Amino acid sequence: MTDSGRQGTQDPLDGHPHHWFDDDAGPVVRPYAMTRGRTSSASQHRMDLIAVVVPEPAADDPGRDQTLSPEHVEIVERCSDFPQSIAELAAGLDLPVGVVRVLVGDLVEDELVHVTRPVPPAELPDVSILREVINGLRAL
Amino acid sequence: MAFGRSRRTKPPVEPVTLKILVAGGFGVGKTTMVGAVSEIRPLRTEESLSEAGRPVDDLQGVETKTTTTVAMDFGRITLREDLVLYLFGTPGQDRFWFLWDELAQGALGAVVLADTRRLEDCFAAVDYFERRGIPFTIAVNCFEGADRFPTETVRAALDLDDEVPLLMCDARDRESVKNVLVSVVEHAMILAGRERQPATM
Repeated sequence: MTDSGRQGTQDPLDGHPHHWFDDDAGPVVRPYAMTRGRTSSASQHRMDLIAVVVPEPAADDPGRDQTLSPEHVEIVERCSDFPQSIAELAAGLDLPVGVVRVLVGDLVEDELVHVTRPVPPAELPDVSILREVINGLRAL
Repeated sequence: MAFGRSRRTKPPVEPVTLKILVAGGFGVGKTTMVGAVSEIRPLRTEESLSEAGRPVDDLQGVETKTTTTVAMDFGRITLREDLVLYLFGTPGQDRFWFLWDELAQGALGAVVLADTRRLEDCFAAVDYFERRGIPFTIAVNCFEGADRFPTETVRAALDLDDEVPLLMCDARDRESVKNVLVSVVEHAMILAGRERQPATM
């Protein structure tokens, strides 16, 4: 009896509603609700995980944020300190990469940010860049 | 209001970003390796998947759940203000192989971490990078208490091409991991030089 009662603490219906709100229960708002259900954005060239989001000068303009969600705003703010990659944004915002891609796509459309293209897959970066990477690593 | 921060005078530097993958079997030390050199605590990012887990994950009671998430960890090394290297630990579970394609795209190269007690765990990764022509280095993580084998023995066991670098390393040690990464980039440079005209070297 007591046992089954104790097991019941994992049951959401047993009168411990706060158990719903810990991280294990998952997000309170489903991730793609933030994108209003969209899983890709219109302007989508595929954004690589290490594509870097760089704010446009217009992003400093305070009057522009009326239609943006808090997540949009946070992306711009995070990137204005130091341009960040899609992967970093996803980790920092604790959102799936797919959601971040859609949100960044919105910001690209609004011309608040632009996204750098990483080195195209077929070609390795310049040998000179590789040398700089090696020197940089040795100097760490 | 939301963007009401001090107006910047110069635009932010747009860094060139490069990525190196860290692959290997489950529990071989990928996260440790990323953490040893990353300037940020290894971050995890999650990707939503729609199909992968369906036959595997127990969805009883949550039948409407059509996505599952998988985490990859990664770290960052800022080599210069305009040159940033990202390290991505690839998901260890076999059923997330398809995620590797996204990670591998545009990758500079890869580290395949191996544990001599479970060498077979890294066969799949070696095979993957060989097939796609992605430069990789084998880094044998020398666990305490594990037998040490001569590199030639490991090489033979993995049936490696002669040109593939193989190093012994300690995934916890920054210097050791740096050496491994340098080896990956050097190897990538050699391959890149071969593909281009020798004159450009």
